Amino acid sequence: MNRAKKKKTDWKHWLPFYLMGVPGFIYLLINNYLPLAGLQIAFKQFNYRDGMWGSKWNDFENFTYLLGSDDIKIILRNTILYNLVFIVVGMVLGVAVAILLNEVKNKIAKQFYQTVILLPYLMSMVIVAYLAYAYLAPESGMINGILSALGMDKIDFYRESKFWPFILLFINQWKTIGFGMILYYSSLVGISKDYYEAAMLDGASKWQQIRYITLPLLKPTIITLLILNCGNIMRSDFGLFYQVPQNSGMLYSVTDTIDTYVYRMLMINNDIGVSSAAGFIQSIVGFVLVLTVNAIIRKLDKDNALF
Amino acid sequence: MKSRDEKRWGIASHLILIILSLLALLPFILLIVASFTDNATAVTEGYSYFPSKWSLDAFVYIGRNAAMIFRAYGITILVTVIGTALGLIITTLYAYMLSKKRLPGRTALTIFVVITMLFNGGLVPTYIVYASIFHIRNTIWALIIPSLLMNGFNVILVKNYFENSIPAELYESARIDGAGELFIFARIALPLSKPILATVGLLMGIAYWNDWQNGMYYLDDASLYSIQNILNQINQNISYLASSGVSGVSMVDLPTTTIRMAIAFVGILPILIAYPFFQKNFAKGITMGSVKG
Repeated sequence: MNRAKKKKTDWKHWLPFYLMGVPGFIYLLINNYLPLAGLQIAFKQFNYRDGMWGSKWNDFENFTYLLGSDDIKIILRNTILYNLVFIVVGMVLGVAVAILLNEVKNKIAKQFYQTVILLPYLMSMVIVAYLAYAYLAPESGMINGILSALGMDKIDFYRESKFWPFILLFINQWKTIGFGMILYYSSLVGISKDYYEAAMLDGASKWQQIRYITLPLLKPTIITLLILNCGNIMRSDFGLFYQVPQNSGMLYSVTDTIDTYVYRMLMINNDIGVSSAAGFIQSIVGFVLVLTVNAIIRKLDKDNALF
Repeated sequence: MKSRDEKRWGIASHLILIILSLLALLPFILLIVASFTDNATAVTEGYSYFPSKWSLDAFVYIGRNAAMIFRAYGITILVTVIGTALGLIITTLYAYMLSKKRLPGRTALTIFVVITMLFNGGLVPTYIVYASIFHIRNTIWALIIPSLLMNGFNVILVKNYFENSIPAELYESARIDGAGELFIFARIALPLSKPILATVGLLMGIAYWNDWQNGMYYLDDASLYSIQNILNQINQNISYLASSGVSGVSMVDLPTTTIRMAIAFVGILPILIAYPFFQKNFAKGITMGSVKG
């Protein structure tokens, strides 16, 4: 009796809080959980009339079709390889630039570099595609302008796949290096000055200080970020691979990733079966990777684990 | 006294950072110069930092078509303001609920958010949910609701701020004074959380301002295009400009080579102007968002 009474007053106390959570709860339900339930359409012959619940099951037809095509090999290879290269190069450049930024003692200069180098990160990929076009356009691009002024043949970049792995890597780094710099810089400034002062008294050179103080102390941050990024290795930057190569069909062998493929199959080819199957693989493998990665981080450094 | 070693590092750092700064800026400068280049010059010589002939033609054509640009800007601003405001409200409310340590079911409600950070249905089911269950296509809501309104990372960020940066005694003493929970939330928690709300709001605002994907997925109706959607459309197909009503101008007469750059310039101008003012907050948001909450 007493207990029941206490419980009742409790609920009344908590009610306003639950009410506060209602809009966010409903949003996540619609935006995140309904699509999760919708993953089932990968196993269905989807049509809009019957919707995602009413459409008929078609066993594994979508998957048999997808796995039998060459597309799946290309998009998996591109997605994973680009991500690996982006992660490693991004880490090396990010750490290097953060260390250099830390060497700059003039506050105004430091602020200036930070602001300018972060600018590309702020731009949408549509804008980046325009900037790339200014250099790469077949007739009017700056590179071709220079080539023809030198009497050399023009290069039709949007039809020549061999250049794109480098172009995409360059643009990816150009856009994200400011992000990496800020990230690593913020953990650099946390390192106590005492270490460096002691090292200088011992006559250590700058290089030795970086090698034996900065890098070892950055190691936990670096490892955590590397592993976390590996959890997202199945997700590609849709904008980079769709906008920047101008969705050029001649380049698909080196620019098509899971995300661009899913988009194209869904919206252009209207092949919901194949695109939902590719999306399903991406979601499930991605989920397993995130869990694995989190388990690894948990072992290494509990504080940095996501859950 | 600086050692020689230290001096050398100082100079090298400046040098490399200046080069990187130039690399970051040069594409924007080329875009701006290209938009002021004479069209025929751009066609024959290519875009260049030093065009032999300058011209305002591209902007004259854009000026004739200003209605389209203004409309798109109006939509971008509307979507950014409504989306950020709504998103900030539901994020803050949910985060505040989670910040109450003794709330029954708190763990389950937290896991409910964390799962959304780990597991993602992807484009196909998301598109079908919004297009065929909620019929969001070709409405302004298509630019506001899908994906962008609220995300788990922001909820956790705000929740942690409520937990760690506002002393529990403040809540207690207000409660003893007989203040209701809503009053406490509005008059104590919110005012003390301005820094985190500003940062999260800025990140949301930038996401809305830059978004082109929702428009590409859910809009056929060009009258709802944001500035990013217009840029996307022109990038896919330069003839979109002619077809979208530059009155009385045929495609042949359009200075397409430079107009493309000019329109992109108009598209980024506001953000270039505003950036220095929010740069610090933006950098802060990045560091907070990336280290988990």
